[in-house]
Amino acid sequence: MVISKKPLHFIVAALVAFLPLVNYANTTTDSTAVPVEAAAVAEGQHHAEEAPKDLKTEIKEFIGHHLMDSYDFHLFSYKDDAGVEKHIGFPLPVILIDNGLQVFSSAEFHHGEHAAESNGNYYRLYHGKIYKVANAEEEVAVDEHHHATNAQPLDFSITKNVFMIFVVALIMFFLFTNLAKSYAKNGGIASGAGRFFEPIILYIRDDIAIPNIGKNYKKYMSYLLTIFFFIWFLNIFGLTPLGINVTGNIAVTACLAILTYVITTLTANKNYWGHIFWMPGVPTPMKIILAPIELLGTIIKPFSLMIRLYANMVAGHVVLMSIIGLMFIFKNWLGSSLSFFLAFALSLLEILVAALQAYIFTMLSALYFGAANEEHHHDDHH
Amino acid sequence: MEKLLDQFSLGLFFWQFLLFVGLILLLKKFAWKPILDAVNEREEGIKDALLSAENAKKEMMNLKADNQKLLDQARAERDTMIKEAREIKEKMIADAKSEAQVQGAKMIEQAKASIESEKNAALAELKSQVSGLSVDIAEKLLKAELSNKESQSALVEKMLGEVKLN
Repeated sequence: MVISKKPLHFIVAALVAFLPLVNYANTTTDSTAVPVEAAAVAEGQHHAEEAPKDLKTEIKEFIGHHLMDSYDFHLFSYKDDAGVEKHIGFPLPVILIDNGLQVFSSAEFHHGEHAAESNGNYYRLYHGKIYKVANAEEEVAVDEHHHATNAQPLDFSITKNVFMIFVVALIMFFLFTNLAKSYAKNGGIASGAGRFFEPIILYIRDDIAIPNIGKNYKKYMSYLLTIFFFIWFLNIFGLTPLGINVTGNIAVTACLAILTYVITTLTANKNYWGHIFWMPGVPTPMKIILAPIELLGTIIKPFSLMIRLYANMVAGHVVLMSIIGLMFIFKNWLGSSLSFFLAFALSLLEILVAALQAYIFTMLSALYFGAANEEHHHDDHH
Repeated sequence: MEKLLDQFSLGLFFWQFLLFVGLILLLKKFAWKPILDAVNEREEGIKDALLSAENAKKEMMNLKADNQKLLDQARAERDTMIKEAREIKEKMIADAKSEAQVQGAKMIEQAKASIESEKNAALAELKSQVSGLSVDIAEKLLKAELSNKESQSALVEKMLGEVKLN
């Protein structure tokens, strides 16, 4: 959290500083902004029932869409000469459990414009989620809060995020098996890309695992190494223009945090549980009060892991995309170039944050494992 | 919070769990274990190499010290040997000298003795010869002297006078 606040403060300060410029600039560009808004209305064919949107709302929606998972791998969109929107990307398989397994390509949704049909069941895409509809013509019904009321089938689709997780897993597998093989081939010395990654592996072993866990560090090494590179690679992929946001997804961070919790709990020794249920060195009434607090603490720790990674990644993406979006709102050389440099500087910062968040997640996981493995030595600190 | 829960996708969670756990297990078997083993092995190798280098250095030092000791020993031995040799030489010279002296003295003594005996022998021979000669001469003289009476009695007279002188 500490990480995301700093750029936010800076950005807010920068925005306030350049606010007067923007206001003057807007008065001159307002006349040209109108056709753009009109165009935005024209292109939003499948949102015909919604009110016309201005550029700011559109950018906000775009960011919202970017943060969400999607059923196709969408790279970019453009409008051809006839004014028809073209989407460049490739569809991914949709897998639903609804009266048996329903597998079809996400291309059948036509980017949410049509209902997809599979074995006589019809499904429609609404705000990034799949809802069951009765027939091809029926729209998703919404209540007064714009929440869909249709039934949601159990969804195990290979979404964009799942696809990216798979890609990163493949990259990691080939990268590190190659590193492992290069030792035998090269007489105990890493070769190729492994030369870059070997010091990082050693850093995780020598500066994260051993100081925090102690002599039992070996059984946690596989998890710590995998989690570090997994988060780091996905964070870095999130900064590419591919527009993916895997680690800024609560389901992904929840899974990682739950794994840390499960490993901590399963490998904990007697001493760890002793500290939770019957804290040594305090009076008995305090022990009774402390037990539920400590027990809650074991859940709060992984919960904070989950929220920290999620919030940092989401904040980074939102801020970066907002600043990129500002270029289109400013539409003048001063404001747009300023936001370009701001976005550039922030991208560099985000590269640091990408590694830092991976480090923090790994570090804290190691710390929790260390607490679960601590040996009995009360005399030292009571 | 509601938004967070709304964003939570069970499908993504399921796939993430499956792929991630699979990735951990696969990497553990095919990457992390061999990598960490290789790195450990290399580190042990470096440690061993350093240790053996240190040992070799120590051994070298020991060897050097040994060599020095040997050298010192040899030098001391040489010195004593030289000293002994010198002593022997001196003793030999002294011995030889005394021997030579003794031998010389002995030889001189022997020479002296033989000279004495030779001299004695020569003297004896000379004496006998002289006595023979003197007898001969005396005979001849006597023969001549005694050819006439006067001369015989003169001779006896003379001889008697001579005896008195002795």
